[in-house]
Amino acid sequence: MDTIFSKPDSMKDVPTHYCPGCGHGVVHRLICEVVDELGIRESVIGIAPVGCAVIAYDYWDFDVTETAHGRVPAVATGIKRTHPENIVFGYQGDGDLAAIGTAEIIHAANRRENITIVFVNNSLYGMTGGQMAPTTILKQKTATTPLGRDPKREGFPLKVCELLSVLPGVFYAERVALYNPQNVLKAKKAIRKAFQNQIDGSGFSIVEVLSQCPTYLGLSPKDAVKWVEEDMLKEYPLGVFKG
Amino acid sequence: MPKIEIDKERCKGCQLCMTYCPKACIEEDKSINKKGVYPVLFLDREKKCTGCSFCAIICPDLCITVYR
Repeated sequence: MDTIFSKPDSMKDVPTHYCPGCGHGVVHRLICEVVDELGIRESVIGIAPVGCAVIAYDYWDFDVTETAHGRVPAVATGIKRTHPENIVFGYQGDGDLAAIGTAEIIHAANRRENITIVFVNNSLYGMTGGQMAPTTILKQKTATTPLGRDPKREGFPLKVCELLSVLPGVFYAERVALYNPQNVLKAKKAIRKAFQNQIDGSGFSIVEVLSQCPTYLGLSPKDAVKWVEEDMLKEYPLGVFKG
Repeated sequence: MPKIEIDKERCKGCQLCMTYCPKACIEEDKSINKKGVYPVLFLDREKKCTGCSFCAIICPDLCITVYR
């Protein structure tokens, strides 16, 4: 009898601190699987964000550094420029990338930095208690929009992939989701492509992963996944925007 | 015969594997684990498991190993 699915080697054998049903665990695993498959474990350098994934370095068994809030693309730029032979990837949430780090991501993309960004969009601030993020969809109830997000007051959801895909420096931008096993496999394919682009020296690659936050959506994991599929997808269509 | 192994102590009881198992081989355990949640159990009473790995692919906590 053959083992056809087990823990990837570059994932540490420790339980994660994430809530039950959180998408971060899946994305962590997909990155480790891609790192193992590409055989880049000794040369990869990850950059952990501020947010729920702040202690991602406890779960990945390769080099990882930590940055100030939103500054992942800036630190990735520095590491990649001083160590061009290493594979540098940034892991960011939506509060990190689309709020406090918007300037960094846009300029890193525009400079055509040869880095990979994995952007986990769960439509709210998970770590600080479920407040509205720039990526919160219209009418979504959060801790700071108890009556639902109203565009007259809070504006519109920020569509990062669409925004970045118009920049000439961006080589690859794709949005994927985690709402069923088929989509998780598609997400892995996209992450693999984003890493391969960097190995080939093609330029800036970003993969946006629509994830679920059952705790602050106030739903069971099963319903939170359904919410991503039914409501979030209307605002954030999946697909390749560039590359 | 394909089968899966579930790390009961690691399981957080999100039950996403149960939701996506096409053959309904996974059920909720009747007793709690050390985390204080009801983990899932692989029962496969009717020997329907095909080893498709859907449960392991969707599991956020790497609790499942699949053998085929």
